[in-house]
Amino acid sequence: MTVSLTVEGLTAQYGATKVLEDLSLRVGEGELVSLLGASGCGKTTTLRAVAGFLAPAAGRILLGARDITHVPAHRREIGLVFQTYALFPHLNVRDNVAFGLKQRGLGASERRRQADDMLDRVGLSELADRRPSALSGGQRQRVALARALVIAPPLLMFDEPLSNLDAKLRVEMRVEIRRLQRANGTTALYVTHDQEEAFSISDRVAIMRAGRIEQLDAPEVLYARPATPFVADFVGFENLIPMRVIAEAGDAVRAEMPGGAAFEFDKGQFTVPGPEFLFAARPEGLRVAEDGQGLPTTLGLRTYLGRAYQYRCETAAGELIANGPLSRPMEPGTRALLIPVPEHCALLRST
Amino acid sequence: MMGARLSPWLIGFAVLVFLFLLGPLVIIVGASLSDTSFLTFPPRGITLEWYANIWQISAFRSTAATSLTLAVTATALALVAGIPAAYALARYGVVLPPFLSTVFILPILVPELVLGFSIMKSFTAGQGWPVTTTLIVGHALLVLPYCVRVVSASLASFDFSVEEAAVSLGCPRWRAVLTVVLPNVRAGVIAAFILAFITSINDVSVSLFLTGPGVSTLPIQLLAHMEQFFDPTIAAVSVVLMVLTVGVMAVVEWTLGLSFLTK
Repeated sequence: MTVSLTVEGLTAQYGATKVLEDLSLRVGEGELVSLLGASGCGKTTTLRAVAGFLAPAAGRILLGARDITHVPAHRREIGLVFQTYALFPHLNVRDNVAFGLKQRGLGASERRRQADDMLDRVGLSELADRRPSALSGGQRQRVALARALVIAPPLLMFDEPLSNLDAKLRVEMRVEIRRLQRANGTTALYVTHDQEEAFSISDRVAIMRAGRIEQLDAPEVLYARPATPFVADFVGFENLIPMRVIAEAGDAVRAEMPGGAAFEFDKGQFTVPGPEFLFAARPEGLRVAEDGQGLPTTLGLRTYLGRAYQYRCETAAGELIANGPLSRPMEPGTRALLIPVPEHCALLRST
Repeated sequence: MMGARLSPWLIGFAVLVFLFLLGPLVIIVGASLSDTSFLTFPPRGITLEWYANIWQISAFRSTAATSLTLAVTATALALVAGIPAAYALARYGVVLPPFLSTVFILPILVPELVLGFSIMKSFTAGQGWPVTTTLIVGHALLVLPYCVRVVSASLASFDFSVEEAAVSLGCPRWRAVLTVVLPNVRAGVIAAFILAFITSINDVSVSLFLTGPGVSTLPIQLLAHMEQFFDPTIAAVSVVLMVLTVGVMAVVEWTLGLSFLTK
């Protein structure tokens, strides 16, 4: 039984400060959607409102067709996985997992069977009689996952579940989370501040800022076609240059940037969003070259990235960040050209 | 242990501290055995007569019973009020006005004599409450700060996500508090009980104002007895109380370990 989650016009405030403003969101059946953003952007507040730990000032929350806005938290049947694992310290691993089954009035032997089954699925059978304090961080989070999954919740929510684990384990656990979520076909909402984590396991990602969703799209779309300057910057388009269309001829649009330099955009590769727009380029989207068609620059500080050299570049349009080939390190003060690499560039509506 | 050489000065100092702490107790035990009809140390002659005397004086028996009942009832009341207060302070401390946590330690800050006098004025004299009721209420107020503070300290290190996890798994909030939060602060609750119980049973200042005709507590009765007789019975009662306290602590140590008191 998998259902969708619909959040409509959610508004929440602490005292006079609004932390969520008219937030709407839909997570389809069996889909995993991440809320991604810096701390204080409202992602955890959204999760807490859906979980029922925070009464929204306005808006509706629906699981499938069922309006749960005013249903108490303990009757929402949402599986929750916390950053701090939140295992019951006074119960052993098996009883931790069986806790939700006990609340549902299952008999002792049935509880035990189902809990052991679930522990087997997360690979912790041999630890069933241990206390949580005797487990490692990764094992604890597996128990927390098993405990949330065993009640077969229609919706599973994660609040920064991997933040307390070390880097290698984080990668391992996120694959595990995705595997179990897929296997159960459970709808999931996942809160994180880690872009790689969100992009790697999500069907869609909502990038949040100041209590609102900036853009909700598949990771590939966010990565290649950010809709706002904030998202562009967030996903690594470090150069944002305002452009103005000056000529249109055949398959090409010619646009000018402050300082007078112009670029030509092939209509086959770019959709120019209007007479004025923003040109977004990752550092690798501006190639430092000695000759060709490009934006003239004087190179500044050079840093070594392993796969390329990166330069601070003085241009008529301001300071830009661009990458140059490893084969030819160039010294500060060198005059060079910045040539756009279309697959690492995007055009945004100007705001 | 390597090179753990203690300075003789440190050892000497430690011995002095122990003498200072335990010396009076030795003196009391000695005085309780004295063959004289007044308190003296070192004892002259040895007798257990004063211990027998305790049981002869009915006032000791009745006031001991009062003190015990009073301590248990007052502590229970203070815990019933104090645990929810501590929970609220720990859970919603951020959004509650800051003076609230101070309110609950006020009875410690106010001199006990003032506390006793004002309770007497307000309830016994002001409202005409029966002596027993006022005594219970007074002692509950006296020990409430200990309950709130000790349980708060336990709750401060409790991760309330654990409670939310229980709720998300279908456990109503009230039941999560009882079956998940409380078991994990059990040590704090027991520590609070012991501290409050001892405070109540030892109290003189507050009881002084609240005891009345026919109702007295053991410490007050001891005081009265000392004023009248000044005989070794006082020392004997003190020794009995000492032994009982040590006994209670030993039981606690065996069953729970005392370490939680120092946590």
